[in-house]
Amino acid sequence: MRYIRPLSIEDAVGQLAGSAGPAAILAGGSDLLVRMKGGFVEPELIVDIKGIPGFSDIRETADGFSIGAAVPCAVLGEHAVLKKAWPGVVEAAKLIGSKQVQGRCTITGNLCNASPAADSVPALVAAGARAVVTGPSGTRTIAVETVPTGPGKTSLAKGEIIEAILLGKRAPHSGDAYLRFIPRTEMDIAVVSAGVNLTLDEAGVIRAARVALGAAAPTVLLVEEAAEALVGRKLDDAALERLAKVCSGACRPIDDKRGTIEFRRKVAGVLAGRAATTAYARAGGK
Amino acid sequence: MAGIAVSTTINGDSVEYLCQPDEPLLDVLRDRLGLTGAKEGCGTGDCGACSVILDDRLVCSCLVLGAEAQGRRIETVEGMAHGETLHPLQQKFLEHAALQCGICTPGFLIAAKDLLAKNPDPSEEEIRFGLAGNLCRCTGYDKIVRAVQDAAHVMKQA
Repeated sequence: MRYIRPLSIEDAVGQLAGSAGPAAILAGGSDLLVRMKGGFVEPELIVDIKGIPGFSDIRETADGFSIGAAVPCAVLGEHAVLKKAWPGVVEAAKLIGSKQVQGRCTITGNLCNASPAADSVPALVAAGARAVVTGPSGTRTIAVETVPTGPGKTSLAKGEIIEAILLGKRAPHSGDAYLRFIPRTEMDIAVVSAGVNLTLDEAGVIRAARVALGAAAPTVLLVEEAAEALVGRKLDDAALERLAKVCSGACRPIDDKRGTIEFRRKVAGVLAGRAATTAYARAGGK
Repeated sequence: MAGIAVSTTINGDSVEYLCQPDEPLLDVLRDRLGLTGAKEGCGTGDCGACSVILDDRLVCSCLVLGAEAQGRRIETVEGMAHGETLHPLQQKFLEHAALQCGICTPGFLIAAKDLLAKNPDPSEEEIRFGLAGNLCRCTGYDKIVRAVQDAAHVMKQA
């Protein structure tokens, strides 16, 4: 096994692409090191990306925010401007692990670990976040929901690295929120979760909506029908009822010791409604 | 195998060591440097017994590679007392009997030190949330929370 800390994206991509055996990218390590210890992965090469300039920065750009792949979630919580613009994304990122894990874990790692129960991912999907992917054949920007393809699997090719996650600039009267169900009060993995992102008009009528569910299918689910249930209305009881119904219907959850299919379906609808209520209030809706 | 040469700072002292690429910082501290305060409870970042402060951030040293410490600053429980004088947190843990078997204690002390550095006057709830990444199977946590509250009080007056 080799450990390297490249100082440029080109070097990192070249090393990953040229690696004969399995290679792993190390940012916070809160998934990778656990998987190595458990013997689930045995990389021949570990590429620590924290030395690459810009990877540890949150930048405010003309289009919104660029969150470097190595920015720990704790830093997201300390960024007042980001928190104000995207409170749902930040509250989701802040739910990952303990304070110790917060100091290391990243939203890019959460995305690439490709757990259906990843906390930050439904919030990112709802937010319409995009990932900047650099590989041997250049750089492309893709919707975050196209990154995980199944539990533990991503669409990234050999040698590709997510450099940053992009969040858009906020339109007026916008708000987002994330909620999860866990049997404890903290330090647990979502049994089911929901992220909601809304933009309203002056009168409080929903003009754009994105709703994503976690732990409800093999990948985080963008519920397109949920937008149809909300757009063109205020968030009244009828809209909430329709939202809950389409979210419950969109779920393809598993039965396990943490929750049954029936329970997950029901709670997905409930959480989507509660997250929508918070997002609506944050957007200034009444 | 020679290993990776690392230069770092631990409790204010410059330290150099060789480590393997997959060797956790916790193993480096304990087995190579003799700093056995940090404990291995779970080895997977769930229990907090191996907590250290890395560049002003609380982390689990089992989830950091030794190689990653190059050029960084590490604080461990061994750096808390000044000679024979215990840190107020250590003193209050003793006075409040905030430990029994002691395995979790170094992790709690470091986590509490980090908590008070960032929030010198935490509420009980903030203490409980702030220390949620540290598990104790002996005390039931109440004594630990009281010790941290008392230490915060003493440290504010100092």
